[in-house]
Formats: sequence, C-alpha cells, structure tokens
Amino acid sequence: MLAPMVLWLLLFVVVPGAILFVYSFCERDEIGGVVFTFTWTNYQRVFDPVYLRIFGRSIGYAAVTTVICAVVGYPVAYYMARAGESLRNKLLLLVMVPFWTSFLIRTYAWITILKQEGLLNSLVKAADLGIGPFDLLYTPAAVVIGLVYAYLPFMILPIYGSAEKLDNSLIEAAYDLGAGPMRAFSAVIVPLTMPGIAAGTLLVFVPAIGMFAITDLMGGAKVPMIGNVIQNQFLLARNWPFGAALGVVFMLMFVVTYVILQRRGSRPA
Amino acid sequence: MADVPKPMIELRGVTKRFGSFTAVNQVSLTVKTGEFITLLGPSGCGKTTLLRLLAGFEMPDEGTVLLDGEDVSHVPPYRRSVNQVFQSYALFPHMTVQENVGFGLRMQQVAPAELAARVADVLRMVSLEEMAGRYPHQLSGGQRQRVAIARAIVPRPKVLLLDEPLSALDAKLRHGMQLELKRLQRKLGLTFVFVTHDQEEALTMSDRIAVINQGRIEQLGDATEIYHRPRTAFAADFIGQANLLESTIVGRNGTTAKIRLASGLELVIASGELPAAATKALVSVRPEKIHIGRSPAIAENIFQARIEEEIFQGATDRLTLITDQGTRLHALVANESATQEAFHEGDRVYCSLHLDDLVIVQAE
Repeated sequence: MLAPMVLWLLLFVVVPGAILFVYSFCERDEIGGVVFTFTWTNYQRVFDPVYLRIFGRSIGYAAVTTVICAVVGYPVAYYMARAGESLRNKLLLLVMVPFWTSFLIRTYAWITILKQEGLLNSLVKAADLGIGPFDLLYTPAAVVIGLVYAYLPFMILPIYGSAEKLDNSLIEAAYDLGAGPMRAFSAVIVPLTMPGIAAGTLLVFVPAIGMFAITDLMGGAKVPMIGNVIQNQFLLARNWPFGAALGVVFMLMFVVTYVILQRRGSRPA
Repeated sequence: MADVPKPMIELRGVTKRFGSFTAVNQVSLTVKTGEFITLLGPSGCGKTTLLRLLAGFEMPDEGTVLLDGEDVSHVPPYRRSVNQVFQSYALFPHMTVQENVGFGLRMQQVAPAELAARVADVLRMVSLEEMAGRYPHQLSGGQRQRVAIARAIVPRPKVLLLDEPLSALDAKLRHGMQLELKRLQRKLGLTFVFVTHDQEEALTMSDRIAVINQGRIEQLGDATEIYHRPRTAFAADFIGQANLLESTIVGRNGTTAKIRLASGLELVIASGELPAAATKALVSVRPEKIHIGRSPAIAENIFQARIEEEIFQGATDRLTLITDQGTRLHALVANESATQEAFHEGDRVYCSLHLDDLVIVQAE
C-alpha cells in the first residue's frame, strides 16, 4: 500500500527537489548551460537587496491576500457549515465552480471587468455618479483582486471543514454563560475553527507568494514578484543555477511557515 | 401580609411550533424558588424544547415566560440569569477546567482575584481542585459532568437547567450523582429544572414532577402523588409499571363502585373520583399492589389466578398471572427468604387488591 506512495513522492517531490538543490550550487556558462561546480555565488545573489525587496514585496502581497481571503471567506464558510444540507451542497458547488474553469479564462474575465473601458467602468459611467473612470487594471489592487479570487476557495474549504464539525451546543453554552454574539465568536467559535483558519492560511499564503501568472497578467508585469523572477531566470535569462537558488530559498520559507502554523494548529484543541 | 414565596418561573400558555409540528402546546407552569422540578417524558415529548424556552435558545410563538417576575419571553440567553448543564456537557475543549468554570464570570467581568476565588470555591465543592489545569479530554465522564455543573453554578444563576445530565454515565456513577446533585441543590437553595426520560431518576430527585406528553403537561405533582395516583393512562404507564384494565361500571354503592373487566372479573373500586355519568373506566394497578397468597386473605377484591411465568430478579420476583376469568396481570413480589415457600410457574394462588390501589386514570 505504501510503496506506490513512496515511489510517487520520490519521483515528483524528492528527485526534482534534489535536482534544484544541486543546480543551486552550479554555475551558468555563456549560452545558459549548467556547469557542475560548487559555488555560493547564487545564494549570495539571492540576498542582494534587490531580490530581498522582491521577496518582501511578494510576502506583503501574499499576506494582504491571505488576510482578505480570511475576512471574506470566514463568514461564507461559517454560513455554509450552519446551513441546511441542501443549501449547503448548492453553496459548496458554487465555491467549487471556479476550480473547473480554465485559469486563463478566469483571469481574462477579471481583466475585462477591470480595464479602462471594462464592465466596472461602464457601469459607473452608466450610473452617472460623477466619479470614475478608475484606473484599476495593472495596479497593485488588481493583483490583489486576482490573487484573492484565485485562492479564496482554498481558504473557504478548510474553514468550512472545521466549522461544520463545531458542536452547536458549545456556542449555546457560550451564550448561556453570558457571552453575547461577539464574545461567543471571539472566545469560542474562532479558537475552535483555528485549525481550519491555519490550514486555509497555509493553502493561500504559500502559493500566493510564488504566483507569477496573475501578477503578470493583472499587474501588467510592472512590479515583479518572486515568482516572476524565478520564471524569468529559467525561461528568459537562462540562469538556471540562480533560479534554482531562489527556488530553494523559497521552498525553505514554505517549510518554515508550515512548521510554525503546524505547531500553532496542534496545540490542545 | 403573609410571606408567600414568589414564583421563580412562571410559564403562561406557552406554545412553540417547528413548522407544522407543535413541540410545546399551551403549557402553563409555576415553579417556586428553591424547588427541584423535573420535566419527565419520552423523547420527542417537548420537554427539551420547554427547557430551551427557559434557557432562551428558543422563543415562544405564544404565551409568556416569566423569570423571577420579569418577562423574559424574548430575552436572549446571554441576558438571562439562567444557566444550563448540557446533556453532552458542552465543555469548551480549548480551555482548561479552570478556564471553563471561570467563563461565565469572565463574561460578567468579575475582577480577577474574585474570579479565581469563586472558581476555586466551586471546584472544591465538586472535588475537582486537582483537575483545575486539565483539559476536558483528559477527564473521565463523571469528572466532565462535575465540571459542567460547576461551570453552570459559579455565575450564581437564579435557575439551573439540567438537560438529561446523567444519561451518559454508567448506572453506579449515575446513582451517586443523583444524590450529589440533590444535596448540592439543597445546599445552594437553587431552583432546579431537570429534564429526564428516566422515571426512577425523576422519582428519586424531584420535589415535583411534570409528566409531559405530546407537548403538554399530563400531570403535575410530587413523586408519591405521581406514582400512586396517576391521572392519565400515559402517566400510569410511563412511570413505573402498571396493569391498565378496561372496565364497565356495573354498580355503585355509596363511596364504592363495582366494575367488570372484559374477562368477567368483577372488582370494587373507590368511586370518589368517578364522574356520576361514567359508564366505562380505565383502571391502573401497580404490580406490587397485588397481594398474593396460598390461602384467601381477609380482604377486598379476592380472586384466584395461575402463575403463567416467573422471572427471578434478585430482590423481587416478577410474575405473570392469569386469573380464572382469563385476565392477564403483572405482579411483583418480594423475595423475602430463600427458604420461604416461593411461588413458581403453574402454581394456583389467591390474589387480593385494596380498593385504594385501583386508580381510575380515565372515565367516560
């Protein structure tokens, strides 16, 4: 039973990781080939302020995305978990629908909505409010909108999972002991759905750091994210060793985030 | 003016519906301060809904709920001075025993020093001082139960609601907790509303019992009254065991009346509660009220029967009797000693019934 799993992990996780790790210590020749030597220069370059700033910016965008996903996703997930079974299944379906739609179509749909002569600006114009048109596309706001839209289901589903398991009598007990809705929420509901929030944070934050397609398409490639830089090193600059070093650092950040969240999530619950 | 104790709880014509189902139907009930009242009934009878109406988890569709003279019909649970012990205990799994018990006081913004003292006090009362730092999942069922009780009494509510709190415990622990709860209630002088489907539990603990069936109170009274003088067939059958006998009234003589069962067996009953116009009566007889002997006793309502079945239960023997006329009756006799002449299957015996032990539960 275990053997296929081990083989799968070996082939698709361990081997590519090892290749990346080995490449990250290599050098690049003039035509973009990989020269197998041992050097720290790639890692020294990673910690160059230029790239650190990009890392920082990527983390910042990912953090904003995660917070918005949590704030928007929590009420949705909670309401779904408390709804009757037939409504719950319909809502779950609605959350899942974007998964089945092509990524490019979803992203271009947003471009159509946000661009200068797009749906949003046309509506604002038609409403004749005396405001607009807004320059939304190719701004940080557009990037965040795109990221939130792409990752929201990954926040909703884990929270839904833990909210559904929440025993209603615990909420009633909180009310019974004098907690109003706000206190019951902060003292009982949030702590008990924390595993879902932690899992959702992990599933949104980590991939959002590395996302490059949305930042390219909706950010207009004006502000590079770490994902764009890595992509460029491999495809345009043809500096695979440097791209590999960025990837390894990036992966280490994943692991550290995961371990921290895992620790918090496994406190007595 | 005489010092009439104020009612702590007053329900006036309370009705609660869920869709087309009426869970609680026109219930009126008054509970005195410091009283231990039990709502007893089968599952789905509305007793839990009644409790939830008192807690504030449900609001009545009709009628009024008064708590200590104040109309709380539509007051949310967090503004009612009422606390509940939940059937599943509903302890907060992410809090220690101490934090669970202190929750209500924290919500009342009691000063930390006073909070700690009151929590320590109540934990001592339920003998859980050493468990203060544990989490609920580290406790046994009985300990969790005591935490749930401690958590509910520490905010000093006016009324404590208990929703089948003992149903998850094993028999031995349950008996212990019944007595412990009763003692606690006397000590605190707190009004208890206890919900159970266990008639024995109700009889053991309560000052008064409300027998609930199909959303209504069938009978309200103290344990002996409920047991010895059931007013409806449901009450007679639900509490303890009862032989329910359909009969026609064949004669009256001052304070007594003669009834005839379908089999032809004739018995004499007290007619005090029999309406003058009644022609039929449903009569309840408790199994232990049937006296059985080898020779006819000098008593009323003597008849002969054969023992069809005998089930040994330790302290008692459960007998199924068939009277010579053919009526089947269940009887319970004490196993006084092993050497004494015992009754066995197939034996013919003399039975007698005191006329006060034939209780009319329905007459038409």
